[in-house]
Amino acid sequence: MKVLMFGWEFPPHISGGLGTACYGLTKGLSCIKDLDILFVVPKTHGDEEENKMKLIGASDVSVLKRELDVKAFKKTIEYLEVKSKLMPYVDPEDFKHQTGYTVEEAGAFLKTDDQGKIPFSGKYGNNLLTEIANYSVVAKVISEDHNFDIIHAHDWLTYPAGIAAKQASGKPLVIHVHATDFDRSGGKVNPVVYDIEKKGMEAADSIITVSNLTRKIVIEKYGISPEKVSTIYNAVEPLVDEGKMLKKGFDEKIVTFLGRITMQKGPEYFIEAANKVLNKMDNVRFVMAGSGDMMKKMIHQVAELGISDKFHFTGFLKGDDVFDMLKMSDVYIMPSVSEPFGISPLEAMQANVPVIISHQSGVAEMLKHAIKTDYWDVDAMADAIHSLINYPVMSKMFKTRGKSEVTSIKWESSARKVYNLYKETLIAN
Amino acid sequence: MKTICLYFQIHQPFRLKPYRFFDMGHDDYYYDDYNNETIVRRIADNCYLPSNKILLELIKKHKGNFKISFSISGTAIDQFQLYAPDVIESFQKLAETNCVEFLGETYAHSLVGLKDENEFKKQVIKHSDKIEQLFGKRPQVFRNTELIYSNQIGHMVDDMGFKAVLTEGAQNILGWKSPNYLYHHPVHSNLKVLLKNYKLSDDIAFRFSNINWSQWPLTAKKYVSWLNEINKEEEIINLFMDYETFGEHQKKEIGIFSFLQSLPDEVFKQTSFSFKTPFETSLHHKPIAPINIETPISWADENRDLSAWLGNELQHEAFNKLYALKEKIQLCNDNKLLLNWQYLQTSDHFYYMCTKHCSDGDVHAYFNPYENPYAAFMNYMNVLNDFSIRLNKAIENNKSQTSKHEKTVKQLSCELV
Repeated sequence: MKVLMFGWEFPPHISGGLGTACYGLTKGLSCIKDLDILFVVPKTHGDEEENKMKLIGASDVSVLKRELDVKAFKKTIEYLEVKSKLMPYVDPEDFKHQTGYTVEEAGAFLKTDDQGKIPFSGKYGNNLLTEIANYSVVAKVISEDHNFDIIHAHDWLTYPAGIAAKQASGKPLVIHVHATDFDRSGGKVNPVVYDIEKKGMEAADSIITVSNLTRKIVIEKYGISPEKVSTIYNAVEPLVDEGKMLKKGFDEKIVTFLGRITMQKGPEYFIEAANKVLNKMDNVRFVMAGSGDMMKKMIHQVAELGISDKFHFTGFLKGDDVFDMLKMSDVYIMPSVSEPFGISPLEAMQANVPVIISHQSGVAEMLKHAIKTDYWDVDAMADAIHSLINYPVMSKMFKTRGKSEVTSIKWESSARKVYNLYKETLIAN
Repeated sequence: MKTICLYFQIHQPFRLKPYRFFDMGHDDYYYDDYNNETIVRRIADNCYLPSNKILLELIKKHKGNFKISFSISGTAIDQFQLYAPDVIESFQKLAETNCVEFLGETYAHSLVGLKDENEFKKQVIKHSDKIEQLFGKRPQVFRNTELIYSNQIGHMVDDMGFKAVLTEGAQNILGWKSPNYLYHHPVHSNLKVLLKNYKLSDDIAFRFSNINWSQWPLTAKKYVSWLNEINKEEEIINLFMDYETFGEHQKKEIGIFSFLQSLPDEVFKQTSFSFKTPFETSLHHKPIAPINIETPISWADENRDLSAWLGNELQHEAFNKLYALKEKIQLCNDNKLLLNWQYLQTSDHFYYMCTKHCSDGDVHAYFNPYENPYAAFMNYMNVLNDFSIRLNKAIENNKSQTSKHEKTVKQLSCELV
């Protein structure tokens, strides 16, 4: 069986959850013997590989074909890079670094956040739509030039490409919903994005959602028939190197929020919970690591509550700093308002950190050894923080059981489920 | 003559309300009144009242030949008095027939028997007092929380004058032996041991409504025919189960009440069995052998051990922190604190912290107010910490009052001199 997959970034250019999930799943799929993947990605990095790209078909879009031999993979996979300015999400500074464009120029297409949300201001909208349309034209050409049995498209920017490939080849389409605009926008859905998402879902023969939470949104908000929507949970890459222990420069416990400081992540609830804890006890510090459009507001909120001496902002953390921050932490908290899945608590568990997560996150459906509260229930959140700090046996148990739980969550088994879904979809067609 | 010995367990814990750490030091009321009242009232209407009515009719109908026994925990009695006094009255009516035996247990349905002999005895006496006061007779037969039993527990209850004790007919204890005989304690041979026939008990308590069970639907006629298939030599069938089996776990609609109603009729029609209470059973039959139980057993789950209450680190921590207070409790004379001390020992609090993941999980989920074991632990520890703070304060007050008293005495004696 061969899959034409419209995915996102590969190492070393992974910048967030969608890329991580795409990579992990593809790696898992590469373990399946009779499955081959033709992987197509939009490529925006203006690096040395550009001159190797060639134009294909009638389109003026360049495509680089190469055999990708990632060490971790069980086999090489065919890998097509399409020159395109589509990116799943990007940090403004990061983007400048990777592309050499200034943010303003790049913003013409993709001033997106980590879930691919684009703040349409009208004048950029058309350009993005042009870019999506261009990409789907390439998709059509690729699908005409290659043999495959099934198409798999990851998240809304690639749905039109998936549809185009389906129309050109007549092969069934599986779309993978990593997030919907309802998660990204907090309910204020962008009609253009919604439309693209809905068309993709309607055209798909099968839909994979990353949690039942997302499945419910797909069924209820997009009016999709439940029979064709299946939940397959994400997993996490095993930890290769645990690194050395970090010594804190102080005795206090550290409670960490790590992620984008945006409405979707619920940072203000974390601050309220921190305030409640600090009113009662002293030997604890709170860290908000990350950046985002609500950061300034959060700094003000912390100052207003008068807890700035115990509440710290780190700004955007990169690479090893993320893992170091986790290793220093005694509690990890993710009070997301709407999180389709949420891989980062799994990474915290790998780093031996007990986690508190909101019921409004997909990962809460599958995790046993995590404390779960509603994102708005700051009392319960504060109570959980207090307990993890003051009842050491609990924290200890979370570490050991959490670690063994997270070790058992493997991409291979998610991939196996995806493979079974391919087979079912092919039979149904 | 062969014997059927029926015993039903009635227990309700005082479930805790969500108690946050910032309530500590501010709020000394720990219980979820709304949930407790709702649950007790519901089970009273679904189970206790209708079942008591049926049993009373059966006792009258069979003119003293149908006998049963109950064990009612102190925390259940307290809640009946608060929320369902009609349940107490209906048990009193049953007690008046003289065909019903009430067994002894720890007042709070606690695990103290595994921890401290003095405290254990105190709680058993407190329970016996309550039963005697309500039903006119002091218990002579003992059953420990969740049928938890070992030689050591047998030793303690023998010392208190109990004549017999009930426990699980666990396979790992019995080996090739049958639960269908009377046994005795290996040292205190006067203490008889009755063992639950878990197969026949669970046919009613767990499998009755299971439509995937090959024997479904179970009728009294069929069930009694199984009693006849038992080895002719064997003397006693001990059917021990939660009373909530009737109307709560097994629903009225599935026919559990008509099963109960026709059970004695079928027994008398088809067999030579008679019904006896545990105490009568212990007098009537001769013990066949000693039964040696070194490690405590229980009637819970597949393992029949303590792992449902003391199986993980959380449970051990909470258990040890609780009993670390027992010395201080000796110095306390505040009634409210002493009552909380009882209610906080109830085994259910530890049961909610169980992390075993198997088919037993369903049973553990029943009536469980917590989403997961961690939530149960956090809430319990918050409450226990507040309790501990209050206990320390009360003892401080006692001390300062005692020293004040001593000072006054000294002063007076000085003046006299």
